[in-house]
Parts: sequence; structure tokens; C-alpha cells
Amino acid sequence: MTGAPSRAGTGGVAARFEAQYAQYRRQKRIYAATFGTIFVACLIASIVTTKFSLWTLLDGVPRATEFLARMLPPLHWNSFSEDFSAWYWNAGDWFHSLLNTLLMAYLATILGTLIGGAISFFAARNLAQNFAVYWIARRILEIARTVPDIVWALLFVFAFGIGPVAGILAITVHTLGAQGKLFAEVNENISPLPIDGLRSAGGNWFHEMRFGVLPQVLPNYLSYTFWRFELNVRSATIVGFVGAGGIGHDLFTAVQLLYFADVGAILLMIVATIMAIDMLSEKIRHGVIGKASFSH
Amino acid sequence: MTMSSRLTDITEADIAAERERNPGVFGAPLGERLYAWMAWGGTTALTGYCLYRFGFLSGDFLHGVSKFGDTVVGQMFPPEGYENLPIFLKAIGETVAMAFLGTLLGAFWALPLSFLASKNMMRSRPVQFGTRRFADLLRSFDYLIWALIFVRAVGLGPLAGIMAIAIVETGTFIKLYSEAIENLDRKQIDGVTSLGGNWMHRIWFGVLPQVLPMMLSNTLYMFEHNVRSASILGIVGAGGIGFLLGDRLRAYELREACLIIILIIITVYAIDYLSKFLREQLIGDHKRREPIDDAVQI
Repeated sequence: MTGAPSRAGTGGVAARFEAQYAQYRRQKRIYAATFGTIFVACLIASIVTTKFSLWTLLDGVPRATEFLARMLPPLHWNSFSEDFSAWYWNAGDWFHSLLNTLLMAYLATILGTLIGGAISFFAARNLAQNFAVYWIARRILEIARTVPDIVWALLFVFAFGIGPVAGILAITVHTLGAQGKLFAEVNENISPLPIDGLRSAGGNWFHEMRFGVLPQVLPNYLSYTFWRFELNVRSATIVGFVGAGGIGHDLFTAVQLLYFADVGAILLMIVATIMAIDMLSEKIRHGVIGKASFSH
Repeated sequence: MTMSSRLTDITEADIAAERERNPGVFGAPLGERLYAWMAWGGTTALTGYCLYRFGFLSGDFLHGVSKFGDTVVGQMFPPEGYENLPIFLKAIGETVAMAFLGTLLGAFWALPLSFLASKNMMRSRPVQFGTRRFADLLRSFDYLIWALIFVRAVGLGPLAGIMAIAIVETGTFIKLYSEAIENLDRKQIDGVTSLGGNWMHRIWFGVLPQVLPMMLSNTLYMFEHNVRSASILGIVGAGGIGFLLGDRLRAYELREACLIIILIIITVYAIDYLSKFLREQLIGDHKRREPIDDAVQI
């Protein structure tokens, strides 16, 4: 008499649990089936649109491997220096292009950061003085970074001719869009107390920005700028494909003329440079961030 | 009371005395200041040299600026070529499909390799280190460089673009996935081991349930990013809308090029919203950690 209701009670709980669990499983299965179907539909649609076929791909493999093999000319141990200098027969020109590439990335980073940084003060919700200015600043930054840098490069090549200036301007525009957005986010996360202090002491808008905001945001700005420089070195290696200067031009010519060994030599230079820059920049970046966290 | 409570009562002598007692409060030490000035001075000097070297300080540059205003911006608006809209939209579809297949292939190749690249899954240090460096090598060339090479290897068309994206993404996903695997909770794997599970069971029941949401989220995020990349690969002949864009720009059809650029921007935004929506639906990660910064160009 006393045991029966409690057994029935636990039975009820168990049954309820079973029912809910079954329902949960059913829901999961429906979700999985729905997303699975959508995924397979997308996959089939993609394969049909791009005419992707494994056979064409496999057909290309020997050609690709041959291409890769010919990029590295035979280097013999006992005649290594002669072989190597024969491989890098055009080293002088390539190093000049590589230096140009680095300087292009540097100048574009500086110019883009300065302009983007200036715009970011108008594009931060807490600092902009009226909504129209804020809205316009945001749209300018959006357009600058949504249009890919290679498209900017094509446009600038029309006006400035073939050469590094078009590339620098293209990367500058892209940089100002990206930096402006990131900097505006940094600006939105600052403490308002120093600004209030300056305002109470009679500072104007410029004073507030220079002494209230800048000291708070500068470490983050610097860190983003070093990171952007790394990305811009990569961009500077490719804008040359459309005639906007840098090592990309030499690479493009070598690929078009099927000078495989040259392609290999230039790619090796690019990858060594990018890895060195990344390591160096990461070191400096960590130094800057370390200092920033130290001062707080 | 010697201490005054009014600002106007503080004399220059008081300030000097205070400066004497706590020099650190009033300014950085000389060495640090010199270092900062040298850094800023060097940066400015190099900037000036670059401006001079590339001819920004000459009349040619101003001429280019006015030419850009007149002939490029002036001839881009209003956009034209609406009769070609079906062709453009088809190319946009091809672009998104390229990004989809490239991302998928990259994820497919990276999944097994990412286990080799994680410290907690791979016992052999050289293999783990080697896989990581291999991933770095794949990532360090831009999509366009790979596209240029693959156009030569497999011919003009979307296949070269898919391969370019797949190769770069393999590198990115090895890095992202192996980081997710290295951050997982050991206890679930120990649980599976204690019940007598072999390595297959450990990965299937111990590892994948923990890392899969993170992997899916990162993969979707990179798909979003790859739609942007895919839109320009056509400029070197690797298919998609970029092929038409490069063609129109080289033929100086700026108004049609402008229409294509607008279409690309709309597509990028649409995919961004869709992917954000899906990420929130599937994984519910509203506060998603940004994937590695150096792989993602904003």
C-alpha cells in the first residue's frame, strides 16, 4: 500500500524522462537531416556550377608535380655555389623588387593607419559628435575594406600608371578601412573618466582626444599596426600581378613565360621574407602588449 | 596646515619640490624618452624617404590624383550593363561555389593532419613540428599566388580557384583545428580509455564531441572569408566573378565594372549575415573567439 504509489511515481518520472529523451532525439535527428540535406544540396549545386570533376583534377596532378619539380633546379653538393648562383642569376633585380615590396607595404601601412586612425575618432559611437558624421565615417571605412585591394590596384593603375604608386595607394585604401574599423572598436572600449576629467578642467575636443583618449588606445593601435604590416607585406607581393609594382610583377612574368626555376627562386625569397617579418613583428607586438599591460 | 586645498594656492616652488621628490610621476626617464623619440624619428624619416623614392612628392602624383578623380571615378558612375545581369549573377554563383568547395576540401585534408599537428595527440615531436611548419608554408603564400600557379597546372577556370583556396585553407585549418584539439579537456578521453576504448573510440567519443562545434564555427567563418577571396581569383584566370571584373576593367568598361563591384559587395554582406546566423543557430556561440588573426584579413 505504501510502496505502490511511490513505485508508480518513479515509473512516471522514468516514463516522462523516456518520452522527453525520445523527443529530444527526434528533434536532433530532424535538425541533422535538415542541415544534412541542405549541405548535400549545396555540395551538388557547387559541383555542377563549377563543373568540378575529380578526373580533371587527377589529370592536373602530374602537370602540377612536374611544375613543382622544375621549380627547383638540380643543386649538386660539390658545385653548390655555382648551381645556386646560376639559379639566382637575376638576384640583383629580384632583391631590388623585394626591397620595393617591403617599402611599399611599410608606406601603405603608415599612410593607411594615419588616415584610418583619424577617421576612427569619428566612427566610434562614444566619441563622434553627431550621428551623420558617424554614419558617413562608418560607410567610408566599409567601402574601403570591402573592395578587395587588387581591385583598388587595378583602378589606381589607370590613373597612376604601371608602378609601385598604384600598389601603395591600393594597399593604403584597404588598410585605412581595416584599421579605421579596428581602431574605432578600441575607441569604443575606453574608460570615459579621463575625458570627463579633461572636460571639467576646461579642455576642448582636441584636448580630450589627445590627452584623454590617445594614451589609452595607443598600445592597441601599435599592436594592430604591426599585425597590419605583416598582412600588407603579403598584399604587396600580389598587387604586382596587375602591374602595381613589387616582386609580384617578376613572379607574374616568370609564370607567364614558364621560367619554372625563376618562379621557384622568387617564391623561396617571398616565403623567407614573410616568415622573417612575421617572427620579427610578433616579437615587437608582444613587447608592445607587454608594456601596455605593465602600465595599467 | 601647510597643505592648501585650493588649486590657485599651489606655487611653482611647490610643484618643483614635488617633482624633486617623485620624478617618475612627472615624466619617463631620459633613456626611455630618447628611445621613444628615436623610434618615432626613425619611422618619420623612413616614411619621408619612401614618399620621395616612389615619387609621391612630384607633380606626376598630383596629375595622377586629378586623373583618378576625372577619368576613373567620373566614368564609373552611374553603373551600367544591367542587360548582362544574368551572366554576372551566374558568375557570382560560381564564386560562392568555388569558396564552398575550396573550404570543404581544405577542411577535409586538414582534419587528419591537424591531429598530427597537436602536441597532446601526436607523441613524436618532429612529426608534430613538421606538420605545423608545413601548414605555415601553405598559408604564407597568398591565394592569388596559388591561383596563378594552378591556372598553369590545371588550366583556366574555377578548378584552379578551388585548388588555390583548398591549399591555403588546408594550412589555416591545420592551425585552427590543432589549436582547438590542444585546448580540449583530457578527462573525457580518460573516461573512454577507462572503459576499454581503443584510439578510434577515444577520438570518436572523447575528442570530436568537444572540438566539433569549434571546428564547424571556424570552418563557416573561413567560408565567409573565402567568398571574398574567391571574388578576385578570376583576375588571374581562376574563374568566378573576378574573371569578368578583370576583363571589364582591362577593357576600360568602368561602368560595368562598377556594377560588378557593387554585386560583389552585396554578395559578401549577404554571405556574412547568413554565416553569422548559421553559426548562432548551429553552435549558439554568440561570443565566438576570433580565429587566428594572421589567417584572416579583415
